[in-house]
Amino acid sequence: MAIEEPIEEKGQVVQESTERYKVRIENVNGWYGAKRAIKDVNLNVKEKTVTAFIGPSGCGKTTLLRCLNRMHEMTPGAHADGRVVVDGVDIYDKSIDPVIIRRRIGMVFQKPNPFPTMSIFDNVAAGLRLNGMNNKSIIREIVEESLRNAALWDEVKNELDKPGMSLSGGQQQRLCIARALAMQPEVLLMDEPTSSLDPFGSSKIEELVRILKDNVTIIIVTHNMQQAARVSDFTAFMYLGELIEYGSTNQIFMNPEKELTERYISGKFG
Amino acid sequence: MTIDSNANSNSKPKNNYRDILQETVSKKYRRRLIVNRLVTIFTIVCVIAAVVPLGSILLEVVKNGASAISFEFLTQPQGSIGSGTGGIGPAIQGTIIVVGLASLIAAPIGVLAGIYLSEFAKKGIFADLVRFFNDVLTGLPSIVIGIVGYIVIVLSIGSFSVLAGSISLSIIMIPIVVRVTEETLKVVPYSLREAGHSLGISKAKITLFIVLPSAKNGIITGIVIAISRIAGETAPLIMTILGTSLFFTGITGPVDALPLRIWRLASQPYESAHAFGWGSALILILMILAMSVGLRLLAQKRTFKTVN
Repeated sequence: MAIEEPIEEKGQVVQESTERYKVRIENVNGWYGAKRAIKDVNLNVKEKTVTAFIGPSGCGKTTLLRCLNRMHEMTPGAHADGRVVVDGVDIYDKSIDPVIIRRRIGMVFQKPNPFPTMSIFDNVAAGLRLNGMNNKSIIREIVEESLRNAALWDEVKNELDKPGMSLSGGQQQRLCIARALAMQPEVLLMDEPTSSLDPFGSSKIEELVRILKDNVTIIIVTHNMQQAARVSDFTAFMYLGELIEYGSTNQIFMNPEKELTERYISGKFG
Repeated sequence: MTIDSNANSNSKPKNNYRDILQETVSKKYRRRLIVNRLVTIFTIVCVIAAVVPLGSILLEVVKNGASAISFEFLTQPQGSIGSGTGGIGPAIQGTIIVVGLASLIAAPIGVLAGIYLSEFAKKGIFADLVRFFNDVLTGLPSIVIGIVGYIVIVLSIGSFSVLAGSISLSIIMIPIVVRVTEETLKVVPYSLREAGHSLGISKAKITLFIVLPSAKNGIITGIVIAISRIAGETAPLIMTILGTSLFFTGITGPVDALPLRIWRLASQPYESAHAFGWGSALILILMILAMSVGLRLLAQKRTFKTVN
């Protein structure tokens, strides 16, 4: 992949454990000023799986997600500590430039946010072009492939020069997924990607998540437990900034170990 | 509804809020209708108060100025004083040169300073100081800027000049552009910047290629307003370009401008000079109108590139 930076050469390579995890979250704390929103979270994510973060509003699931591509620290006054090891490299290492980390870890947001001044094509090409790629034929190929992978190609192939904002909400969200996929990410972070969509748009995205995991490691935040049950292989339940329970989705939903998890899953609070 | 119907809910009988509200609303209903009508009439009166003086000035300018306009009037320098011959060619040329140069100086500086305030220095003493003095500068009387231009530039070059005029006008223009740019950029949703960051795009490129294009229309409107403002300035030009009856001779030489020409023509005792003055005013208004429409059209041009 031409656009990938060889970041493994920079930074300290963390010793591999016996089992290979794509993302290892080690003692991560997330802060807003003096308020600790994430408390000592430890969690390992396997390659090419879907992991769901669930929990009641304000439990820190979105904050934790944003710690994984160093977007959390963009919020004024916010910072994080601990280690997040992606492919053996600690992204919080001092020698790592967060901009380069974000090129490899894609993110999809709660509300679709296509670039309003750009066409559908340019939206998908934006990350490539603004990172210095100017080979037009490669850009065209990547744009088509990304739109196909985001299950949007057939709907937009004849109107690629129309504004990205002219699409419906669900299509805009798939456009944003295509835009993230164009950067060939190995990890895709999704922050409640269906919360502003109607059921049809949501089911399209869920279908997509199940297909995409063949190539990408996906971590998805959702407040919708059915959605977590439908799309994810692993589920992490968070409460008040702490990781309460983490395991296979089946186990969490059918046979939770902690009482808190059981009460949340069965809808007794949250 | 009676109080009894609530009896089983709580020991204390509840007030019947629905009836109380109903009573209040019907009592105040007539008053509300009248107030509503009055507010509507008041806003219409204000619109008339704003439009009538402007409209009558425009009408007066067209009525008195239209007859003066001819090809000779637009292209020739003025003839001998009081003869009613020649035209305002040098003033039109001078206004285009001086205002154009001032815009070329002020627009980039103003936009970039606005970007700095909005994107790079949101907080901090320095940014607050810049904002404060920028606002002070907006309210500075233009004659003061003219005098400073005279002392700093005219006296050091040794001649009234295009350069002195343009720089003085750009100083009037910069604070307006800075303010409008900052305010417009602030309105661009943060989610767009966030999307840019998530793609690993550098902050400079996010600002330049994602945020700025989204704010383009607002910024261009601000530039249009600022140019309109300086195109009609007279006081600083008296102190800097002086005014002449000749065409442009060079960037360090004096030049004429429409507001100056209007002022000089109006202070002459001849009927023909007054007619020329009205004609000049009409031309100035038409030029500002054309600039405004032209820049806006340019801004509205399709921004979407076709697929290559």
